[in-house]
Amino acid sequence: MPGVADRLPRLLALVPYLLGRPGVPIDEAAADFDVTPRQLRRDLELLWMCGLPGYGPGDLIDLSFEGETVTVTFDAGMRRPLRPSAAEATALVVALRALAETPGVVDAGAVRRALAKIESAAGHATGQQAVVVGLATREEAALTSVRDALDRRRALWTRYYTASRDAVSERTVDPMRLLLVEGHSYLEAWCRSAEAVRLFRLDRIDHVTVLDEPAVPPSHARPTDVSAGLFRAEPDQQVAVLTLAPDARWVAEYYPVEDVEGAEGGAATVRMRYADTQWMVRLVLGLGGDASVLEPAELADAVSERARAAVRRSRHLPPTTAG
Amino acid sequence: MSSARAERLVNLVLCLLSTRQYLTAERIRRIVPGYADAPSDEAYFRMFERDKAELRDLGVPLETGVAGLEVAEGYRIARRDYELPDIDLEPDEAAAVALAARLWDSPQLAGAAQGALHKLRAAGVDVDAVPVPAVEPRVRAAEPALTPLISAVQAGRVVGFSHRRHPAAEPAARTLEPWGVVSWRGRWYVAGHDRDRGATRCFRVSRIVGPVRTIGPAGAVRRPEEVDLLEIVSGSAEPPAVSHTARLWLADGHAHGLRRQARVLGRLALDGVGGDLVAVELPATDVAARWIAGHGPDAVVIEPESLAAAVRSRLLAATGEAG
Repeated sequence: MPGVADRLPRLLALVPYLLGRPGVPIDEAAADFDVTPRQLRRDLELLWMCGLPGYGPGDLIDLSFEGETVTVTFDAGMRRPLRPSAAEATALVVALRALAETPGVVDAGAVRRALAKIESAAGHATGQQAVVVGLATREEAALTSVRDALDRRRALWTRYYTASRDAVSERTVDPMRLLLVEGHSYLEAWCRSAEAVRLFRLDRIDHVTVLDEPAVPPSHARPTDVSAGLFRAEPDQQVAVLTLAPDARWVAEYYPVEDVEGAEGGAATVRMRYADTQWMVRLVLGLGGDASVLEPAELADAVSERARAAVRRSRHLPPTTAG
Repeated sequence: MSSARAERLVNLVLCLLSTRQYLTAERIRRIVPGYADAPSDEAYFRMFERDKAELRDLGVPLETGVAGLEVAEGYRIARRDYELPDIDLEPDEAAAVALAARLWDSPQLAGAAQGALHKLRAAGVDVDAVPVPAVEPRVRAAEPALTPLISAVQAGRVVGFSHRRHPAAEPAARTLEPWGVVSWRGRWYVAGHDRDRGATRCFRVSRIVGPVRTIGPAGAVRRPEEVDLLEIVSGSAEPPAVSHTARLWLADGHAHGLRRQARVLGRLALDGVGGDLVAVELPATDVAARWIAGHGPDAVVIEPESLAAAVRSRLLAATGEAG
């Protein structure tokens, strides 16, 4: 059961909220406070029992219910919401500042006006910023065309480098939105050849042309949920068990891994999901002796086989080209 | 957490908002419903202390003072400090606020931003009137050390923590006068004056091991006027990239990631396999060696010899054969 620390702010905000919206549907009020209609009804029932000293019929908060709507008829002096707490003001103000300093996300003028109003209303000395968020990513060459296509709702032709497969492909996509996640910009679009929603990292788009035809993502194209990061565990992925020497422990920080085991400063054993065997082979091969594959055996074999082939091939370098 | 407590706290707020006189704890016990249930004086004072702490945590401005002929200290809530003043956002400003509240991908910061949004809605601001734009930034903030660091910066307190300089390093104890926390390229840093080294430093928050301790009184840390936190972090997080030109052989139809950055110098068959001779600008040797070695027999270094040797040693280690 959620604590009073979650519920009390809502209880204190509800009466002023209802005052400004006489006859608001209970479902709508519940959605505005991110709770279920059932919880909101419980909150209203509780408020009905509260009021001013005396606690007689004329002192208690009074609500009138009509159908599925509610109206405040006596507010017991609770006419305005409590000012945002320092933590609430910080969370909102820092986010606004980050938006204001990132060109092109939203109109920076509107963000600055909103920021000034929020800061003055919240009434906290925000003077020096405790938190700074730099959203800005590198100015990618593809950005102008991508933004143009989004603004005018046009399809795009792209030449895109897929790092996981180390392959370049040409595709026509229907742009949906631009995402700034973890320091990189992504175009989210319906890919006509994959027939699925895909994220395209802007710095991996090598060529882009805005087409004359309109962007028409199918109605079943859903935005990607990035709330848990960009990597999602899928059932068809394989799992590798790797041992990482200290020099390769960054891998466990850089890629999503499960079950990191290991002594302080020593080697770590990790379980790592991967969709593409070629990609995994490249990763382990590149790490040289700093990573070794415990499982699966086919992956370990593929790595050593590629390594031997590479050593053999480098011996074929003609002596004239050797530096 | 009981509804009874939530109800008592709402009644306490209403009571203290409605009074201009300071009310003593004894008086409050007699008039606010719920306190009469306390079985003893001691139980009541414990209950009342907890309630005051709860309200202060939520940012309710409790004032203390002595009323008229009373001897004991009393309490009230000044309406002007409690109430969120009128705030009027234009539709484009409200859209910016709605987007800002969605910036955070962390339960704590997202919750705080949502709390601020609830209060704005309660103040009559229509935050959801305008759909969010096609650009959506997300900032993750899952590091456990983040919240205590933000609190320490806001309180101006010195902190102590253990930090790994890189993932393989042993954690070292640090004492820092924190000036702020910064999100840069999707990673969080804390920047400030390192007391042990007597210099400005920044630390990756995800590499803090164990708890963040506060040291000494609040208000002890003063941030110099002229510092730019984002600059400190971006400067030390990204040392100037040193690049070298290398000549490589790339097998036809492979190593597309390398090809994207390469300039083709000519054709060359190696070990009977067709390919291109290319020139490519590469980062520091170990990073480049990892990248190239990952491609196995599809990418062979021609020069410089230092890079060729680094790749060869990685590949030999990856063959899994001794020597």
